[in-house]
This record gives sequence, C-alpha cells and structure tokens, in this order.
Amino acid sequence: MELRRSAAIVGIGELRPSRHPDGRPVLELLAEVARLAIADAGLEKGDVDGLLVAPPLAEHSLMWPTVLAEYLRMHPTFAETVDLGGASACGMVWRAAAAIRAGLCRAAVCVTGDVLDPDSFYGPRGGRPARVPGREFESPFGPMGANSGYAMIAMRHMYEFGTTSRQLAKVAVDQRVNANANPDALFFDRPLTIEEVLASPLVCDPLHLYEIVMPCTGAAAVVVAAPEIARRGPHRPVWLLGAAEKLTHMSLAQAPSLTTSPIAYTAPRAFEMAGVTPQDIDLVSVYDCYTITVVVTLEDAGFCPKGRGGPFVEEHDLTYRGDLPLNTHGGQLSFGQAGLAGGMSHVTEAARQLQGRAGQRQVRNCELAFVNGNGGIMSEEVSLVLGAD
Amino acid sequence: MAQEYRKPLPQPTETSRPFWEGARRGELRLQRCRSCGEYVFYPRSLCPHCLSPELGWTTASGRGHVYTYTVVRRPAHPGFRDEVPYVLAIVELEEGPRLTTNIVGVAPEEVRIGMPVEAVFEPATEEITLVKFRPRKET
Repeated sequence: MELRRSAAIVGIGELRPSRHPDGRPVLELLAEVARLAIADAGLEKGDVDGLLVAPPLAEHSLMWPTVLAEYLRMHPTFAETVDLGGASACGMVWRAAAAIRAGLCRAAVCVTGDVLDPDSFYGPRGGRPARVPGREFESPFGPMGANSGYAMIAMRHMYEFGTTSRQLAKVAVDQRVNANANPDALFFDRPLTIEEVLASPLVCDPLHLYEIVMPCTGAAAVVVAAPEIARRGPHRPVWLLGAAEKLTHMSLAQAPSLTTSPIAYTAPRAFEMAGVTPQDIDLVSVYDCYTITVVVTLEDAGFCPKGRGGPFVEEHDLTYRGDLPLNTHGGQLSFGQAGLAGGMSHVTEAARQLQGRAGQRQVRNCELAFVNGNGGIMSEEVSLVLGAD
Repeated sequence: MAQEYRKPLPQPTETSRPFWEGARRGELRLQRCRSCGEYVFYPRSLCPHCLSPELGWTTASGRGHVYTYTVVRRPAHPGFRDEVPYVLAIVELEEGPRLTTNIVGVAPEEVRIGMPVEAVFEPATEEITLVKFRPRKET
C-alpha cells in the first residue's frame, strides 16, 4: 500500500482568527468550519464518510468525532481523534489518506479549532489530572508551559551554534511581511521590525514576546478525498506526495537531543516518498510556535546544514515574494494560533498556494510545498510533501 | 510548615516513593537497571532502555552541569508570582540522566550552559523535598 497520490486535499475551511471570542461553544466552531470545508470541496455532507477531529484545549470532551458527527448528523465509516498537539493537523491528513487508500472511506473531513481561554490554557483539562511524570518531576519547578521549553531549546542552539536573537527575530519579521498581505491575519495591519522584536520584553530568556505565538479563537478544516473525487472537484487537487511521523519525548529533559528534532527523521522520508528534495520546494509552510522552531525545522528538513539555520534565515528572503517563501499566511506568529487549528493553518495555506488562490500573497508557479506539524516541545513531528498536478 | 506552600506539589507514586524519601534525607537517588546497567530518571516501573522490570535504587553523586536553562520572567502558575525572575534548567547528571530543576544560589544572569552544579535539597512540605541545584567549584 502506498500513500503517494493516494488522496488529495480538495477543500479547505478556515475561520478568521479572533482575539475576542464571542462565547460560542467550541463545538459550534468545529461544525462551522467542517461545513465550510465540505462546501469548498463542492461536496454534499452525504459524500463525506470520514471524520477526524483534533481535541480542543479549552473545552474537554470524550469522543469528539462522535460528538461532532452527531451534531452534523453525519454517519462516518471512519473516525479518529488525532492527539498529536500541533502536529495533529498534518497527522490527520496522512491518516485520512491511509484510510481512503485502505478503502475505509472516500472523503474525510479533518477538523481543528479552539476558543481563547487564558484560564484553562495552562490548567488541567478536566477530570482527574493523569498521574504522569511531568506533574511530578517538572511542574514543581515552575515551567511556563511551552514557552520555557522552547526557550531552553533556543538557549542550547545559541550555545552550540552561535545562533543570535537577531537571526531569530528575522523569522518573525519576514512572516509579518506575509501577514501584512493577509487580511485574515491577526497582525494584518501592524508591521514589525527586527529592532521592535528585540526591544519587546523577554518572557523566557532568550525568547522575546514577539517571538512567541499569539493564542486566539478560530478553527480550520480540510477535506481529503480519493483520486476520483479529487479529479472532478472545483479546485486543483492538492496531492499528498509524501508523509512521515515520529515522536520522541514529552518532557524536554527526556529528549534525545535539544537541537535536533524528530524532523531529521520525518522530513527526509517524506521527501523520499515524494521523490523530491528540499531544493525542489516552492513553498515552506512549517509550524512556528516560536522563532526557534522554524530555524530548527529548516535545518532538520535539510534546507540548510545543522547549526546554519540562523545565518540561513538572514541570507534568505522568507516573504511571499522572496527566494524561499515561508509561512505566507503570516505563520502562527502573525496569523494567530487557535489551538490545534494553528497547525492546520500551515496545511490550508499550502493548499491555497498550490491551488493558486492565495490572492495578493500568491507565490508564482507554486507546485510543491513542504508542510511540517510540530507538537509538544519538538516532541512529535509530522512532515508532509504536497503537490499540485 | 508555618506558611502554606502555594506551588504545584508532586504526588509520589509507589514507584517514585524511594526518590522522594531520598530527597527528604538529602540524597539524590536514581534507579539503575539490574539487567542492562543503565541509570534511569524519572522513576519508572520498567527500564526504558531494555524494558526489564528489574530496577534497583542507587544514590547519585548529586553533581552535574547545566545542559540548558531559561530565565522565567512571567509565571505560568500563580504560586511562582513572587519568585520571578527565576532559573528553570535541565541539568545533566554525572551519571547521565537529565532532569528539570531550578538553579538557585546564583543571580539568573550569571547562569551559563556547562556551569558545574551540585544538588541542594529544599523542603517544600514535611513530605516533599525538591531537588534543586547550585553552582559548585569544579573538582
């Protein structure tokens, strides 16, 4: 069984990120964005027989696929909760393709979304908190969620390779240029300079405030469908050409390496499955919870040698009009992170670009995209290669 | 304790209890696999290297070095409100395992990766003593 060209993304739906949640339950956001994605694919609800959901952070429920299926009065023959943190969205895309390839369903909608809820952001998720080692051997020392974890990766990267805060800031600034061409981005109307990034308050050394993702309310979904459905859809099919997944740790103290992530495994395998190399890629759409995440991802995916990510982002124009367009929607840093829909925003943007409907920020001749989903503290990685026909 | 402890407290399990009992006595204890000889931290019910359930306890040197760190300037948990800025770190022990901890007894701006450190034992409650680290002179 082969995943290459087993299925294609045929429709996308995305709610505009918002810092002002209107009080709607997260279930309504999930339902709305599923509707948008199915409509965008030119399909009827009855054509969709697969349903994958990533568990929202702000509201806890068992059996999200069943809850959402009932709400939409869908009766899927393949359903799954994909719980890979920020990598969930990419993980859903290849799982949907595998289910289609295995004959379990023909069109699957993959749904992510969340509401902004600072009170629950660092808190327990409902029920009795699991007796897992992080609670016993990490929480007592005051970690600041993911912030302190990525800060410790950045600190080690600077120590090993001489990476500078100015280099990291360049990632945020180039992505902001992209956001300034995306009316849906949270920071659409606010330019950003390297000096402003470096002058923003340190939150967890060496990470400044403007190197850290902005949580918000939103949702995003894609429909993944079998080739015969994809070929008669209203848009260019966005084929899954390559995929790979790997998990290594929950606590950073247990990570095999702080500066080489599981992407060093997943990206080469995704490229190999697709039969392409990083040099062939027209669009890089990779998880960017923090600036350092992008630098480590570019190294591990083979866009530059290990340790050269800092100079690399300085030497290349990462904007939509640059020599290496990266996170053209603004990335989560400038578009916004609506829980696990943040990871999905890299998939929806890659689909938009490959379908030629990215508007002002359209990358010319965009045929091949590298998409990466990253969860935890560079704990779990899913790499995808997507291609237009 | 005169003052209520407001920060998150570990809840020892049967498996981890020897670690916390050691900490209370001023010892940093690690598991060591009787089958493959590897040191293990955090405490587990089986060896993560070879999956043998035959783990014994040893007392570690308490020495290591700062593998990485950050200065936390905004607390995620209200219990740390009065402590910012503080140093959250991963220390690599001489025996090999890495653990998450705080570096104390030094100004945050003086902490460096590679700095030699030694364990200090800070009682939080009657039951729980946390293992933190402070700079030591290289021997």
